[in-house]
Amino acid sequence: MIAEFGSFCLILALALSAAQVGLSLAGRVREEASLVGAGEGAAAAAFLAMAIAFGCLMTAFITSDFSVSNVAANSHTAKPLLYKIAGVWGSHEGSMMLWCLALTGFGAMVALSGRGLPARLKATTVAVQGTLGLLFIGYTVFASNPLLRIANPPVEGASLNPVLQDPFLAIHPPFLYAGYVGMSVVFSLAVAGLIEGRTDAAWARWVRPWTLAAWSLLTVGIMLGSFWAYYELGWGGWWFWDPVENASFMPWLAATALLHSAVVTEKRGAMAAWTLFLALLAFTFSMLGAFLVRSGILTSVHAFAVDPKRGALLLLILGLTSGAGFVLFAWRAPKLAPGGLFSPVSREGALVLNNLFLCVAAATVLYGTLYPLIRQAISGEAVSVGPPWYNLTFVPLMTAVLLILPIGVLLAWKRGDLKAALRRLIVALAAALVVGGLVLVANAPQKALAVGGATLGAWLIAGSLTEFAERIRLGRAPWAESWRRLGGLPRGGLGMTLAHIGVGVFILGTAYETAYRIDAAGVLSPGDRLAVGAYSLTLTSVGEAEGKNYVAERGQISVSRAGQIICQAQPERRLYAPGRQTTSKVALCLRDLGDVYVVMGEQRTGPHGAPGWLVRAYWNPLARLIFLGPLLMGLGGALSLSDRRLRMGLPRRAAEVAAKAAA
Amino acid sequence: MSLLPRSRKARQRLLVIAVAAPILAAAAGLTLYAMRSSVSFFYSPSQALAAHVPAGQGIELGGLVAKGSVDKRSDGEVEFVIADHAASSRVNFRGDLPDLFREGQGVVTKGAYRPDGVFEASEVLAKHDEKYMPREVTRALKASGEWRGDPQPGAEHP
Repeated sequence: MIAEFGSFCLILALALSAAQVGLSLAGRVREEASLVGAGEGAAAAAFLAMAIAFGCLMTAFITSDFSVSNVAANSHTAKPLLYKIAGVWGSHEGSMMLWCLALTGFGAMVALSGRGLPARLKATTVAVQGTLGLLFIGYTVFASNPLLRIANPPVEGASLNPVLQDPFLAIHPPFLYAGYVGMSVVFSLAVAGLIEGRTDAAWARWVRPWTLAAWSLLTVGIMLGSFWAYYELGWGGWWFWDPVENASFMPWLAATALLHSAVVTEKRGAMAAWTLFLALLAFTFSMLGAFLVRSGILTSVHAFAVDPKRGALLLLILGLTSGAGFVLFAWRAPKLAPGGLFSPVSREGALVLNNLFLCVAAATVLYGTLYPLIRQAISGEAVSVGPPWYNLTFVPLMTAVLLILPIGVLLAWKRGDLKAALRRLIVALAAALVVGGLVLVANAPQKALAVGGATLGAWLIAGSLTEFAERIRLGRAPWAESWRRLGGLPRGGLGMTLAHIGVGVFILGTAYETAYRIDAAGVLSPGDRLAVGAYSLTLTSVGEAEGKNYVAERGQISVSRAGQIICQAQPERRLYAPGRQTTSKVALCLRDLGDVYVVMGEQRTGPHGAPGWLVRAYWNPLARLIFLGPLLMGLGGALSLSDRRLRMGLPRRAAEVAAKAAA
Repeated sequence: MSLLPRSRKARQRLLVIAVAAPILAAAAGLTLYAMRSSVSFFYSPSQALAAHVPAGQGIELGGLVAKGSVDKRSDGEVEFVIADHAASSRVNFRGDLPDLFREGQGVVTKGAYRPDGVFEASEVLAKHDEKYMPREVTRALKASGEWRGDPQPGAEHP
């Protein structure tokens, strides 16, 4: 019954989305508040119906109802509860349910919360959001309904792939999808703004919180996935420039550019057309990602269930929605009010540069992702574009934009003083050079990547702190004055500082870890040692361990440094009974923000003829900074989002700018 | 008489273009340069033989792991043979094989041929799913007539 009720609610959500479109549009055309209100109600109801459908699917997973095909294919009675729940979004059909849930959820939020939004703009936005819901829920109902029954239910399910049974992967998709789909609101606002001809500073002020929310969620989502890959796949890597990773990274780059250009539009009324373009682009990239991942058109290390028919449908949805968006843009954008003027050396100028670099970087990622496809189609040759390619293209572009970041944040709006900004940055520059020098002196062999990366990271952190100190006039005003200013600082500014520090932390960790990662491998019998860098690993014993749905060999490895034991690593080699799959469970010993990373492989005959195990170990110095950085960025985004100014309707200043631009 | 346009608006636009053009040009240049050196081609053993891949050039080699060919040595090195219907290559790999590495199944390795003709793999691609057949391998096997049916779509991760 539960599955049928869920199916019913899913179809109801489809019908309510249609009602949402119809009522909002009719209300907008006839200028009738009651119809508009009904459209908003339909949006909320669509979310409710979708949530019930999702709850039904989750119930089917928790109760292991194998008469539901999706549950039979992805669940198992012996699976721990957390992974039964995570199994809901572990398959294509289930993840589309999550997508639709987020889509209707954001739709309901716009409908219920957008009080300060001009009535017409809001009605149109709700209608556009409803159209997106209609398309994606329609796709779920007709092409990938997870609630369908099967005629002969199996006694036991096929279980979820064991590498996916991990707490981080359980929460990674909800964050990622909320981020992807959060861009839909931005898309809807852009389309509605184009239709209504309202893309002024007030519009930008409305776009920004949604962008911030989606961007923060996406940042954290990507970080969680990356951390999962780092410690679950057992290769020691955390980013592979794989198409599936790129699919999540391209919307992130577009959203990052949008976040910055929306500030210019909001504060100065300039770059409105460009901001609109990015708003359309961000969600287009989200949908492109869904298409690339689901169609199986690209070879990825992440295996997904693929279905060419579904791929074609997703491509159709992508073509329809963003095609319509961009056609509308081409038609209406030339009529937009021109923005304010600014000198090349100004905050606006710096943000234009930021956008140029970010967009060109996104374009290189797009090209690298699609190139194998193009090449295959033209010449039939199979090629792969891997990390070396991105290191040569993407990395220099991002380095350039990050170098100018601390200068940009110190420039004033309209007309900045470059010399004064540079003068204020002398301390930061000195700090960066000292950090770079320390890395140079402290390590042998010296590596340019580590020195350069550490200098750049420190430059970003020190530069952001400089800007923060400037704001509260630290050292230039009495302490009490600085303290008072700190209290009055808008959270938006604090969020920006925190996010920029996060970028610096990330760069520092990435460069250092990449340059100084050490690995070692050997077949160890109990009592044997393996040295990795300054650390020494001794295999004491290998015992057996048992989980809810697996049995494992568990190694006891003591990790020591300079004769002192610093931790007991317990890597496991698990055999999951359902599906008979083995996975390695990595053991991490956190030490000075780095990891001693231990993987135990299969059993082999050791060097002395005794049974041994293949043990691989890495020393990943400062590896945790790689994940701490994006977390800080996400927190910065959340902090900015809590800024009161973003939640107020039409602030005076923005209205003044709009009035000036119109005059 | 200045060549610059009179309106400030137009001058600002010109400036943006003047800044954007070198960035775009640099990006395009980097992209094309990197395409020459940092893109690796996929070959099956017979394709690699036909193409006379020079030793030391980074490629991807894929095919089926020949049955009974896997030799796991105690020093941590592994030797196995990748084959298609027409040719085979000996592969040497140091490290832990992915959990789903099996004899008789498809595999993709990254690395380069040594002068003695053995393929030195730096990476054996781990696929998450045991039913999964690498796309290039499928295509190469289809081309060489060794294909036996499509694999089932498998489990996945979002």
